[in-house]
Amino acid sequence: MNIGWLTLLLLLPFVGAIVTMLVPRAKALLAKQVALGFSLVTLVLTAIVAIGYNRNGPEDYAETYTWIKAFGAHYALGLDGVGVVLVVLTALLTPIVLIASWNDAQNGRWSEKSFFAWILGLEALSIGVFAATDVFLFYVLFEATLIPMYFLIGGFGGAQRSYAAVKFLLYSLLGGLLMLASVVGLYVVSARAGDPSYLLSDMMKLDMSQNTERWLFLGFMFAFAVKAPMVPFHTWLPDAAGEATPGTSVLLVGILDKIGTFGMIRFCLGLFPNASEWATPVVLVLALISVLYGALLAIGQTDIKRLIAYTSISHFGFIVMGIFALTSQGLTGSTLYMFNHGLSTAALFLVAGYLISRRGSARIADYGGVEKVAPVLAGTFLFAGLSSLALPGMSPFISEFMVLAGTFSRHKVIAVIAVVGIVLAALYILLMYQRLMTGPVRDGIEKLKDLNVREVLAIAPLMVLIVGLGIFPKPVVDIIKPAVESTMQHVGVTDKAPQIPVTEGQK
Amino acid sequence: MIAHILPLADFTAPKIEYSELSPLLVVFGAACVGVLAEAFLPRPLRHLVQLAITVVAVLVSGVLTGILMNDNKELIAAQGAISVDGPALFTWLVLLALTLISVLLFAERSVDGGLSAFAGQAAAVPGSEAEREGTAAKVEHTEIFPLTLFAVGGMMLFASANDLLVLFVALEVFSLPLYLLCGLARRRRLISQEAAMKYFLLGAFSSAFLLFGIALLYGYAGTMSLGGISDALSTQTGGDTILLAGTGLVAVGLLFKVGAVPFHSWTPDVYQGAPTPVTGFMAACTKIAAFIGLMRVFYVALGGTRWDWAPMMWIVAILTMVVGSIVAITQTDVKRMLAYSSIAHAGFLLTAFVGLAQAGNGVHNGITSTQAVLFYLVSYGFATVGAFAVVTLVRDAGGEATHLSRWAGLGKKSPLLAGIFAFFLLSFAGIPLTAGFTGKWAVFSAAWTGGAWPLVVVAVLSSLVAAFFYVRVIVLMFFSDLPADAPDVALPGWQTTSAVALGLAATVVLGLVPGPLLDLAARAGEFIR
Repeated sequence: MNIGWLTLLLLLPFVGAIVTMLVPRAKALLAKQVALGFSLVTLVLTAIVAIGYNRNGPEDYAETYTWIKAFGAHYALGLDGVGVVLVVLTALLTPIVLIASWNDAQNGRWSEKSFFAWILGLEALSIGVFAATDVFLFYVLFEATLIPMYFLIGGFGGAQRSYAAVKFLLYSLLGGLLMLASVVGLYVVSARAGDPSYLLSDMMKLDMSQNTERWLFLGFMFAFAVKAPMVPFHTWLPDAAGEATPGTSVLLVGILDKIGTFGMIRFCLGLFPNASEWATPVVLVLALISVLYGALLAIGQTDIKRLIAYTSISHFGFIVMGIFALTSQGLTGSTLYMFNHGLSTAALFLVAGYLISRRGSARIADYGGVEKVAPVLAGTFLFAGLSSLALPGMSPFISEFMVLAGTFSRHKVIAVIAVVGIVLAALYILLMYQRLMTGPVRDGIEKLKDLNVREVLAIAPLMVLIVGLGIFPKPVVDIIKPAVESTMQHVGVTDKAPQIPVTEGQK
Repeated sequence: MIAHILPLADFTAPKIEYSELSPLLVVFGAACVGVLAEAFLPRPLRHLVQLAITVVAVLVSGVLTGILMNDNKELIAAQGAISVDGPALFTWLVLLALTLISVLLFAERSVDGGLSAFAGQAAAVPGSEAEREGTAAKVEHTEIFPLTLFAVGGMMLFASANDLLVLFVALEVFSLPLYLLCGLARRRRLISQEAAMKYFLLGAFSSAFLLFGIALLYGYAGTMSLGGISDALSTQTGGDTILLAGTGLVAVGLLFKVGAVPFHSWTPDVYQGAPTPVTGFMAACTKIAAFIGLMRVFYVALGGTRWDWAPMMWIVAILTMVVGSIVAITQTDVKRMLAYSSIAHAGFLLTAFVGLAQAGNGVHNGITSTQAVLFYLVSYGFATVGAFAVVTLVRDAGGEATHLSRWAGLGKKSPLLAGIFAFFLLSFAGIPLTAGFTGKWAVFSAAWTGGAWPLVVVAVLSSLVAAFFYVRVIVLMFFSDLPADAPDVALPGWQTTSAVALGLAATVVLGLVPGPLLDLAARAGEFIR
């Protein structure tokens, strides 16, 4: 039965944001509790939707209303496998970030409650982005997510936050506005074919000339490449993630950047299948460069948060590679990777944030021997780091493996070179661990306090999920699979059958 | 020849469609009544009476326009001089609505210690004893109200002129009161007078261009009526030189009023010097009237030669967008910045204009150029008046604090006011869920539908540049520290409050549910001949 579940999911955090803002300024604690409460209810509701989706399929959750008739725009929400996974990730990370950043907003430009309200607003918009099945609605929400993120970075970050926030905004707007040109172009194509309609299902049926399709594809792809971010459009991310609070960075890298890769699957492959295939060589090479270049730069960083940002660029390279390998394994792997990367990067950023807030510095050189003083902190950091480098037994391993296997079956050279990225990953994580945590205890580290209950509470669910999905990823894979298959069908590619020399062995 | 002049016996009175022209007549009539009131009423009564006359006239005229729109009657009235068609009626309604808001701002007296934004005695030399005495006695020029009515009446006529001569007369009718209004600022009177002088000289210059162009077009077609020129285009052979020269000169005159590059140089100076409520009125209403006039002339009369003038307009559109957005970055005064922003907006509007997405050009599905431009003008007009209303409220001892550095940290001092201004800026920048975004989307798709997709790409890139300077102001307001000598935020009276509220409401509503207004603009249809 459809009671507008998705609308409810979208509205709830939004209402939460407003209620949080209405709490009197003096009662900061109450405001934070209200915000956390709303995010938890949203999480529960998301769980219900996800379970229901698994049982009943997507039909129960589709909503379509005409919004602006002259534009053919609809208020249309719906879920597919990829969407569900990312909505769940959003709903999951928000309360975790709220708990982990409980005291992070105290030194912000504005009141603590506005920090919490912006986060809830961002959650609402992100859920909307992942659920939108109308291109116009998607575009509107896609651009609207910039506003809360801009204020979160600019209002509550480090010394260079204003610069980082504006850089983030301008890069994103550049991508977004070029995408706007493509969105307008889609309208024109749609209007020439009959009544204009922005519904994804209608747009997929459009016939475009080869040139039109390629140009429109480029507009979308550029926006998503900036968002994801892929080399050479990545330079805003280290600045933004380096200046923002750890919680904001988690939302930025864990959720907002996923809109880029999500958009590649749903809109680039969905609307422009032929152009996507045409662009594959270039995109794969850029993805490969992202993997290696991101990893190399990560090794050279002297700032913990910037280092993690560069690792993400490397990871996003893997995700894009899996998508544009155009194999079902690669696509499934990439979707799973989006989820797992959200978990592992969140863990890494949050633990790093704990560390930085204790010492008051993000420079790696200021640390040393932390594991002797704060063993739990060091332990969780190692755990998060290992999951980030895709250690077998942890969930990122499975997705990284699937991406590489899926790419290998079509593009052997690229996959082989990309494997170097795994080695580099071990290098940047373990080197960082070694410099921060081992060795003699540095000055200023002696009195470092270990994690408190709240901090452990925020990290624990992430660790449980990383290990759980590392051992048993089937539930998530099952949700993703049907969506991937229908996308593959739409693009019109089939997997190459693996060539195993079975016959020889049977002789 | 003589036979045409002599026979007085055959004289028939021209047929005037009074009911269709009633909105115009009400406005002009009320303006005359206002002049009489100015002459005969005692000074203390004048402000209230003039305000009442103006507001009532605008409301009545608006209601009459609404009734005409509802009747859906389109005709060429007054012996072919005025065309009362869908776009004209729509424009009338928008002009009247924006005038109403502007008049509220004109009447505001509580932000500057019981005095309006206009000079007490325009004739008194700035800084003289007479001026001080006038200020102490709280004298004021209530002539501004009838002047405004004449201006808006002229604009309405301009937007519906079906004859080049009427077009010219209307241009002068709305320009002359504006020249006067520009020079009437109470504060910084020298800058204000300088602005009026510049506006007058350049405006007179552009009028001359327009008039010469009209003469050439008359020489080509032998008629002043737009429909007649269009007919001449399809039947006449030869005389192309005179036609092209006439087209070019008329374009200069009209593009000057629109504020398009390279005829834009008056905009920043005049916007900066004029009293801020007048700036808001001019920025919104003049642009609307001028744009509709421009479209009417080029679509109705010169539609047949569009291959000749479209390349020129492409270049003008690109220049306007690029220069408007890039030069705006270097501005340090909020009024000048908004002036350059209005130039950039003219460029965005021009993309839809040159797109020529019309049913007549084989565009049957989707949005038309006229519909897109009408919608854009509404969204732009309301946000503009609202934004200038906010500017009137940030004050220090010397009047309005318009230097951008003085706006630093405004978000701390008055989060509400800064938030509203930020919202208007976001709408100008075209961020989704604001009216500006819907408008931009509409003009871009009209441009692309007509095949002008390279213009869309340029427009999108200019939007990015424009977004930069809008965001810079937001950064300044919210991310900078409040200086010790920060300007005060004046407590607005009901007039300014309602002006800001109306502008804000329109910007929000047109961003969330633009459907009804888009449909209304679509129903307005095309210009008739």
